[in-house]
Amino acid sequence: MSTSLPGAQPTNPVFPFLRTDRMPHIWCPECGIGTTVNCFARALVESKLPLDKVAVVSGIGCTGRVAGYVKLDSFHTTHGRAIPFATGLKLANPDLTVVVYSGDGDLIAIGGNHFIHAARRNADLKVICVNNFIYGMTGGQVAPTTPVGALATTSPYGCYEHPFNLPYLAESSGAVYVARWTAFHVRHITRSMVKAFNKKGFAFIEIISPCPTLYLRRNRLGGGLEAMRFYKQKSVIKNGANTKDLELSFQGEIIVGEFVNTERPTLSQVMEAQLQQALGARYVRP
Amino acid sequence: MSETTSPAAPPAAARSRKRQGTVYIDWDRCKGCGFCVEFCPTKVLALSEEFNAHGYHPPYLLPDRTCTGCDLCGLYCPDFAIFGVMMPTETQPSEAEGSEG
Amino acid sequence: MKADPKTVLTGVHFLDGDHACCEGAIAAGANFAAGYPITPSTEIVERYASRAPKVGGIFLQMEDELASSIAILGAVWGGAKAFTVTSGPGFSLMMEHIGMAAMTETPCVFVDVQRGGPSTGLPTLPGQADVMQARWGSHGDYEIIALCPNSPQECFDLMIDAFNLAEQYRVPVMFLMDECVGHMTEKVVIPAAEAIEIYPRRYTTLPPAEYLPYRPGADGIPEMVKAGDGYRFHITSLTHDEKGYPAMNWQEQEKLVRRLVEKIRLQGERLERNEEHWLDDAEIVIVAYGISSRVALRALQMAREQGLKVGLLRPLVLWPFPEKTVRELARRVKAFVVVEMNYGQIVYEVERCAAGKTRTVLVGHGGGTVHDPHDILQAICEVAQ
Repeated sequence: MSTSLPGAQPTNPVFPFLRTDRMPHIWCPECGIGTTVNCFARALVESKLPLDKVAVVSGIGCTGRVAGYVKLDSFHTTHGRAIPFATGLKLANPDLTVVVYSGDGDLIAIGGNHFIHAARRNADLKVICVNNFIYGMTGGQVAPTTPVGALATTSPYGCYEHPFNLPYLAESSGAVYVARWTAFHVRHITRSMVKAFNKKGFAFIEIISPCPTLYLRRNRLGGGLEAMRFYKQKSVIKNGANTKDLELSFQGEIIVGEFVNTERPTLSQVMEAQLQQALGARYVRP
Repeated sequence: MSETTSPAAPPAAARSRKRQGTVYIDWDRCKGCGFCVEFCPTKVLALSEEFNAHGYHPPYLLPDRTCTGCDLCGLYCPDFAIFGVMMPTETQPSEAEGSEG
Repeated sequence: MKADPKTVLTGVHFLDGDHACCEGAIAAGANFAAGYPITPSTEIVERYASRAPKVGGIFLQMEDELASSIAILGAVWGGAKAFTVTSGPGFSLMMEHIGMAAMTETPCVFVDVQRGGPSTGLPTLPGQADVMQARWGSHGDYEIIALCPNSPQECFDLMIDAFNLAEQYRVPVMFLMDECVGHMTEKVVIPAAEAIEIYPRRYTTLPPAEYLPYRPGADGIPEMVKAGDGYRFHITSLTHDEKGYPAMNWQEQEKLVRRLVEKIRLQGERLERNEEHWLDDAEIVIVAYGISSRVALRALQMAREQGLKVGLLRPLVLWPFPEKTVRELARRVKAFVVVEMNYGQIVYEVERCAAGKTRTVLVGHGGGTVHDPHDILQAICEVAQ
C-alpha cells in the first residue's frame, strides 16, 4: 500500500484550519458536515482573510460542533442564539469577519426570530446553514425544513407541516446574499463562501447535506453516498431564480444556485450614518 | 492525529503527459463513505477489500490509473482522511520518457 | 484604573434610579448595551440609547430578551464592557444566558428592576420576588453576585461596583433594583472621574502558545482574552476542560463546576457588604433590602421611640448572602424580622443561617406597594413579647 515520495510527507491542506488535537470528530460516517468544513477551509484560503480576524459562532446541534473543530476564535453558544451572539461580537469588534455556522433546526426553528431580525438589520454576518432536514444531535426529530411526508421521531406518521423555503425566508427578511447548494456542490459552496466573506452584510448560504443515521435511514433513502448521488442527479443550477420558487419536496427536484447578490448598508453603517447625521460633532464613534 | 498515511505512487507503466499526483490516505481515520471514490474525476480510487481498525473499507489508489493530484477527494472527504497532491515537478515524466512509454 | 472623564457626568443631579443606573454603567465604562423594552426598566436603556453615541458606546434594541442577554456576551468576547436591563418576565427569558455567562465566565451585568409578579403581574408597581430567581434561576450549579441598591444614589454607586465585581470574578452580576427605587427621583452626586475606581478586565499577558482559556489562577479565576488577538481560542457552553474544549465526563464537571461555585462561595465575608443600624445593643434585628429597607428604617425609628432595642441589617450584596454576619447575630439576638415584598425569599436564607438559634419572622406581602411601617412595627412588638 505504501510507496514513499521524495521529500517530507505533506500535511492535509485542511489541517491548519482544524483543531487536530480534537480529531476524530463526532460526526457519523457519511455525514456531509465535514465536507462543508473542507469548503470552508478552502474558502478561507482563497479569500485571503487574516485568520486571526475570523470568528466562528455556532449554536447547538451536529453542525454546531463545527465551531469546536476549526482553529479560529470560535464560540459554541446556546441553542438558536448564535446569531445574536454574533451580532454583539461583530458590533463590539468590527474588524472581525464573523461567520455563523449552524444547522437548520438551530438557526431557523429556535433561532428563527433572531435570523429574520439579523437579516432585516443587514447585520454583517456570514451565515452558513447546513440543512439536513432533521434534528440530528437529539436523535432525528422533525425540523421546520423537513419535507412533507418524511418520517421523523416526532412525526412518526409522516411530517404534515409545510417546511420553510430558506432562501425565500432569507431574501424576504433582507439578506443581501442568498445561495443554496448541496454537499455535492463542493466547488460552488467554496465559491459562494468566498463571495460571502468578501461581501458586506447578511450573507446566507444553505447547504443541503446528508444525515444518513437519522433522516436518510428512517426514510429508507440509503446512505450518504446515495444522497450525494441523488443531489447530483436531482439538483438543477438556476442562478438568479426567484426564491419563491425554491420550495423543496420529499425527494423532489432541488434548485440550487446563487439567487440574491445585492448591496445594502450594513447595521453598523446605517447606525453610524444616522447617529452622525443627528449628532454631528457630538457623535463619538465607538 | 495519527499520521498512518499510505501514499500510493503511480507505477512506471502509467505515465502520461498530464501532471501526475498522488493521494495520502489516513487508513484508520477513514469511515468508508465512498465520496472520494464516487467523485474522483479520473476514477483512480476504489474501496479496499481490507478493513481498517474500525471496520471500514478505506480507499486505495488503483494501480492502472493516473491520479492528477486535484484533491477533489480531499475536498469531499468528511473525515479529513484523504488528500491529493501534485507530484513535485522533478518527478514529473519528461516529454522524452512519455513518448517512449 | 480610573473612569474616563469624557463619559462621567460629574456633578449634582436630580435623577431617578433608572437614570442613575444608566449613568453608573457609563461611568463604569460600559460601552455596549442590548435590551428590550420592559416596564419599569425601559428608561435605563432609553437613556443609554441617547447617551451611548455621545460617549463612544453602542446600544442595540434586540428583538427579545433572549437575544439581548446573549448579544452582551458576544460583545464582551469582542472586547466590550456590556450590560442588559429588564424586569421580571424578561429576567425569566434571560435565565439561559445568565447560565451561559456563568458557565463561560463572561463578565457582564444584568439589571432587573423588579416589579409585581408572577408572570405579567404588575408592570408599573414594585416587587422583590425575583431575588431567589437571581440566585437560582438558571439551571445547573453556579454562583452569581447580586447587588441591591435602595436609592438612586446607590443605583449609580453600586453599578460601578457591579461591573468591578463582574471583572474581578469573571461572573455575571445581578443588579436587583425595584420599581420604587427605579422610579423615585432623588439627589445623585456623580463624582469626578478620578474618584471612580475601575477594576480592569483580566486580560492575559501570555502569548497564544502558552495561554489556556480556563486554566485558573491562584484565586480560581482564569485570565481573559478577546476575539481577534490571535489566540484562536474556543469557548463552549458545554462542560469544558482548561483548553476550553468540550469535556463531557464527571471528572471535568467536578473540576469546572466546583470551581465556578467555589470562586464565589469560598469568598465568604470578603464579598459581604452590609449597612448596619443600631445593631450593637439590638435584641431584634430587621433584615431588609432595596426599597423595603427604607420603610424598615422608619419602623426601626418608631420601635426605638418605644424603647425597643431594634436594629437593621441591610445587605447591599444580597448574593452571596451575608451568612457570617447573620450567623453571628443569631447567637445573640432574640429574633430576626425579615421585611421583603414577597411571600418569603430571603427569610429562608436568614432562617438557614440562624440555624435554630433564634426566631425568624417574615413580614411579607405580594408587592404592588411598599410596606406600611406600622405592619413592621407590629411584627417587632409581637416578637418583643
